[in-house]
Amino acid sequence: MLGVGAYRTRSRPALGAVLPVPISEMTWQLTDEKNQRVRPADWIDRPVMVFFGFTWCPDVCPTTLSDISLWLEELGAEADRLIVALISVDPERDTPDALAAYVGNFDPRILGLTGTADEVARAASEFRVTYRRVDKDDGDYTMDHTAGVFLFYPDGRFASIIDFHDDRRFAVPKIRRTLS
Amino acid sequence: MKHLLLAATLSLTASAALACETVTLGDLSVEHGWSKVTIGAGRPGVFYVSISNVGATDDALVGISTPAAGMPMLHETVVKDGVASMPHAMSIPVPAGQSVQLSPGGYHGMLMGLTAALKEGDSFPVTLSFEKAGEVTVNVEVLSLRAEGPDCADAGQ
Repeated sequence: MLGVGAYRTRSRPALGAVLPVPISEMTWQLTDEKNQRVRPADWIDRPVMVFFGFTWCPDVCPTTLSDISLWLEELGAEADRLIVALISVDPERDTPDALAAYVGNFDPRILGLTGTADEVARAASEFRVTYRRVDKDDGDYTMDHTAGVFLFYPDGRFASIIDFHDDRRFAVPKIRRTLS
Repeated sequence: MKHLLLAATLSLTASAALACETVTLGDLSVEHGWSKVTIGAGRPGVFYVSISNVGATDDALVGISTPAAGMPMLHETVVKDGVASMPHAMSIPVPAGQSVQLSPGGYHGMLMGLTAALKEGDSFPVTLSFEKAGEVTVNVEVLSLRAEGPDCADAGQ
């Protein structure tokens, strides 16, 4: 534990607020859609693809998850070792059960992760993701959030981001580079 | 088995045809009205459509209404510095001689206050209000959450 803390402190200023922390240096803990706790250490030696969103999101999130599902289909068994996770920025509404009902509509390799507000905030800060609650007149709310898809190599190093409006033809090669 | 297959084929054909209907209103034509499945009625639904204006006068989509939702609104997904937000769109321009898509990742209708969950294969009417041309109603087909649009033979983008 001490070792991990020291590592984080050393690397934080150099990275600034731009690039995500390597998975191997992340410290978050979240709960998946099957109610299992998940930590970054569980993802070591696996390529990782992470997207932040929420299940009350009508446009960006289903579009991204549809894209991700198509990419995974194109990659086929090649992507079986890839960890693919949607991390909710709306833990108030996105319980594990809500996430299970949602991710079940997409490629079965996609996990849904949520947690307490603090747990999600810690994960977001380590991925350098921002999100913000936007209240609407009728008491409902929506979330603004970083929309890119983050890719990491199996050793945990950050690889690249697939931007929301990137052409799909560029996405699959980007993912493929993290797989070998 | 054979009957099941046949039924499946028929329903696919029928639903594809619904979303592919073109409705015209003066110089405007409206087609490919589609939506996505929702999980329950608490989450908002979405509405996508293609509008083309073959006339010489600019118009604008200024509102939508539907019996399927208590509060349908026009929104635009905007990604700025990597962060997606969905501001309310007061009006979506439909310039003369151009077509406009309400499509994933851009302009869309947000259907809040759904009267019932949207299920795959359902359809519901949406009335579009234009600044100049007036109102027109299209049938909207509910596709899966994974759908990227209706599969119309003439949908070549």
